[in-house]
Amino acid sequence: MVLAVAVPFAGAILIALLHRFPNLRETATVATAALLFVLVVILMTDFRPDDWPVVELFEIFPGVAVGLAVEPLGMTFAVLASALWVVTSIYSIGYMRANREDHQTRYYACVSLSLGATIGIAFAADLLTLFIFYEVLTLATYPLVTHAGTRAAQLGGRTYLGLLLGTSIGLLLLAIIITWFEAGTLWFAVGGIFGDSPPAMAGVLLVLFLFGIGKAALMPFHRWLPAAMVAPAPVSALLHAVAVVTAGVFTVLKVSVYVFGTELVSELWSDRWLLWVAAATIVIASLIALRQDDLKRRLAYSTVSQLSYIVVGALLANRAGIIGGGMHMATHAVGKITLFFCAGSIYTAARLTNVSEMRGLARRMPVTMAAFMVGSLSVIGLPPMAGVWSKLYLVTGSIEAGEFGLLAFLLVGSLLSAGYLLPVAVQAYLPTTGANAAQDTGIREGPVACLVALVLTALACLALFVFPDALYTMIARIAVSP
Amino acid sequence: MIGAHLPALQVVVPLIAAPLCVLSRRPLAAWTVALIAAWLSLGIAIWLLTQVLDANAPISYALGGWAAPWGIEYRVDAANALVLLIVTAVGAVVVPYALVSTSHEIAPERHHLFYAALMLCLAGLLGIAITGDAFNAFVFLEISSLSSYVLISLGPSRAALTAAFRYLILGTIGATFILIGVGLLYMVTGTLNMADLTYRLAGRGENRTVIVAFAFLTVGITLKLALFPLHLWLPNAYARAPSAVSAFLAATATKVAVYLLLRFVFGIFIAAYALDELPLTAILMPLALIAVFTGSLVAIFQDDVRRMLAYSSVAQVGYIVLGIGFATHTGLTASLIHLFNHAAMKGALFLAMGNVFLRLGSVNLDALAGLGRTMPLTVAAFTLAGLSLIGVPATVGFVSKWYLVVAALERGWWPVAALIVVSSLLAVVYIGRVIEVAYFRPPPERSAPVEAPLSMVVPTWILAGACVYFGLDTSLTIGVASRAATVLLGLAP
Amino acid sequence: MEFLGHYNYWIAITLAMIGFYTVIARGNMVKKIIGLNIFQASVFLLYISMGKIEGGTAPIIADGANVYSNPLPHVLILTAIVVGVATTALGLALVVRIREAYGTIEEDEIQALDEPT
Repeated sequence: MVLAVAVPFAGAILIALLHRFPNLRETATVATAALLFVLVVILMTDFRPDDWPVVELFEIFPGVAVGLAVEPLGMTFAVLASALWVVTSIYSIGYMRANREDHQTRYYACVSLSLGATIGIAFAADLLTLFIFYEVLTLATYPLVTHAGTRAAQLGGRTYLGLLLGTSIGLLLLAIIITWFEAGTLWFAVGGIFGDSPPAMAGVLLVLFLFGIGKAALMPFHRWLPAAMVAPAPVSALLHAVAVVTAGVFTVLKVSVYVFGTELVSELWSDRWLLWVAAATIVIASLIALRQDDLKRRLAYSTVSQLSYIVVGALLANRAGIIGGGMHMATHAVGKITLFFCAGSIYTAARLTNVSEMRGLARRMPVTMAAFMVGSLSVIGLPPMAGVWSKLYLVTGSIEAGEFGLLAFLLVGSLLSAGYLLPVAVQAYLPTTGANAAQDTGIREGPVACLVALVLTALACLALFVFPDALYTMIARIAVSP
Repeated sequence: MIGAHLPALQVVVPLIAAPLCVLSRRPLAAWTVALIAAWLSLGIAIWLLTQVLDANAPISYALGGWAAPWGIEYRVDAANALVLLIVTAVGAVVVPYALVSTSHEIAPERHHLFYAALMLCLAGLLGIAITGDAFNAFVFLEISSLSSYVLISLGPSRAALTAAFRYLILGTIGATFILIGVGLLYMVTGTLNMADLTYRLAGRGENRTVIVAFAFLTVGITLKLALFPLHLWLPNAYARAPSAVSAFLAATATKVAVYLLLRFVFGIFIAAYALDELPLTAILMPLALIAVFTGSLVAIFQDDVRRMLAYSSVAQVGYIVLGIGFATHTGLTASLIHLFNHAAMKGALFLAMGNVFLRLGSVNLDALAGLGRTMPLTVAAFTLAGLSLIGVPATVGFVSKWYLVVAALERGWWPVAALIVVSSLLAVVYIGRVIEVAYFRPPPERSAPVEAPLSMVVPTWILAGACVYFGLDTSLTIGVASRAATVLLGLAP
Repeated sequence: MEFLGHYNYWIAITLAMIGFYTVIARGNMVKKIIGLNIFQASVFLLYISMGKIEGGTAPIIADGANVYSNPLPHVLILTAIVVGVATTALGLALVVRIREAYGTIEEDEIQALDEPT
């Protein structure tokens, strides 16, 4: 376990050292990613549902220790992140080389650091460890977001850092300290750590936590996500479709299951109120996404919307809801990363960023647009893609909780996501006539490495539809009260 | 045999080093004397700290063999052992740094005088920390203050002279207030020994003289500590002094003043008033909160980075006093932890700025453009210490903030806890400004600064590394601070 | 009436206020130092008058004298006077240097000269 966290950090140092040898450096990246994946798989095969391995590392304050533990949700997250890192490394090589980007060493090293932090979050045994790695993740991704070094990148970076640090220090830290003060411990426990006597402030505490976890992009603290789109596509893909935002919703799920306990969550007054905030986020973000012409910004708002689905699952606090949230964490990740890979591929090959210019692109870039179609279907939640299962569980969860208004919002959200994703995919297949034609001279498919990566993730969307059991059983192991 | 006299040697070693520095005319010779004295003092402080922690009882040393309470007594317990460690550690790091930085900022014929003054200042600060006699504290306070006026006036521009003069006027007023306070206490009790004062003031809280003495002492000490609104001398003094001096003073002078406040208020006056009756909270807390916010806000708008750091110090002193204002064990522990942590953070930040000044000749924000590329080590150290100031976990700043918030929660003051956390966000802004300029703006074409020499980079990194190390391994800081708080509150010897 | 009996305190307070006022209200740096001196002198008077015991003689052991004034305040004030002298000397030295650097010792003029810095 400790090794799993340490490997990416060591990898980062190695990558930095190999600055002068691009090929070796790229090999180091892929090798580190592969090594991490192997380690995580080993952990997974050893994983027993009743006996979670725990490692206590050292104490920072008396009574507050830093430690690692493996539990089902974290296991899922770790497998997801490490597997997708391997794929993204391949993609990055293609993207970076084709675009001849500067500072590639810095890029690979920071990605490695970010992954280390992500695994740290996944395997955190208590709130403090999680918080430490959460902050490291924010700091490690900042150089990635501002990679281009332009004024726009700098401003985007400011929004990113400002919002994320602001919510985490201003709200989340306060929530953590209050939790420690009230419960006497920060160690995650099944059924919550408040025991039988929840503090009077639990309702407010829930609000602090939910808004403090800025990476979950709950409105109004969502602005950092579109602002971070100034980053290069592989960054957006891995970090903002998978690692950073998934870390956010992962934390939300963990807090509601292991800090509050699902019973407590459903009893709090603020639960309903927050549920509506999340539902509003789903719809509002989708509406904004409809109006975006820049493809990456559209995808960003789509992510904001999809994240709130998971938050809804966590807040519903029943078995179906939690399972739906956990599964959606995985299915959304796979679907969204496909979409971002496609966006990057389109940018690299055709230098296009606006949707309005992408008419008829499928002729020139058949593989990319096919993958885009697959990813879109998954995110919308239509068969035969993986998104179906997670949406199904979320719907079941809301019916069980009797929240029919919420159900309406979920369905409207899905409709809207069809509205902003399908046209992009469909119009690419339309014949190129009229003023909206893409410049068709000289556009070829994206770089090979990119294509390999996005085909892999698209296949994963399909695969998870056909074989959802592994994912389901893993997540269902979270001992949740029915 | 020497071991028995170590408390006295703690002060005597730097004190004797001062005239030796004056006598050795050449800069290098003077520096060597200062270096040996500083490192010896550090060794003595470490030894004293281990002694106190092992024995779990204070070390008492009668100066000149005259027994207390008529003679002057040096008394080392957990509280001042911590302060001794902080001061000597900072001194031991700054003196090697000063070799190169002063050669750039001060005329060569004055170097030996500079080191002499630095040694006197060190002796004075150590004396305040170690003494157990109230008047002796005043004397050492004046020794350290006078030498710091001299040190500040040696700054590179003529504005350093006015800064030193202003500090002189305000500092002397503060010291005289302390003198009045001590005199009034003597009038009531007939003794100057701190332990004896505690004994004799028991139950005398209603005596008007005692109340007035308390008031004068508090005002005088808060002037030295630069608590809002008595902080006006600090920004100019820190911004215009030589770099090594700013680092040294920022990391030590206010800390020792805080210690003095703690010693008087909690060590002595606690006997006269019960903890709850201390009129402290009502006064110190609002002032501390205002200090935190105004200091941080003004810092955001500064273009001179050292002035920005000086205003940031005003804010950080606010945090320390806030901990005192809570008047609980956790609150005092938080203050003492922040004493240590702020010394490390601010020391590192000012030393980093000294590196910049050496290579660029300016510490204006615009001059720092692109420095992340040309002086990577310095800027990295600045970033690390800056992150600690913000309170990112795994750094010392986080530890302080945590304890402060817990102390606020213990008292049930939720709004204060929220304010503490919100004010950290202000630090993000002013540190962020520097980092953005250093990493994002391209360096100007003509100048090509090189990284500062090793003798300056290493001390900077020692302090910056301490920010991270003590953020993870807090056994030393929290352990000693907690013990010190217990001692100060009179709960244990 | 205790009022007249405490005349030493009244003198000390008056002097202190005069000194304090001078420091704050006067812009000339030498005058500030003078004010500081007056302020410190008032504190010295406070201490020494505190130590006087009615009917006491100078605290030097002599035959035939039984009651002595308290020597401790004398000692303390000697120290404090030395500190005051050092402070004044340092202050005046600074004033000389400021005069050389700025050409004036009026605080408002110096601030005006420093503003563009």
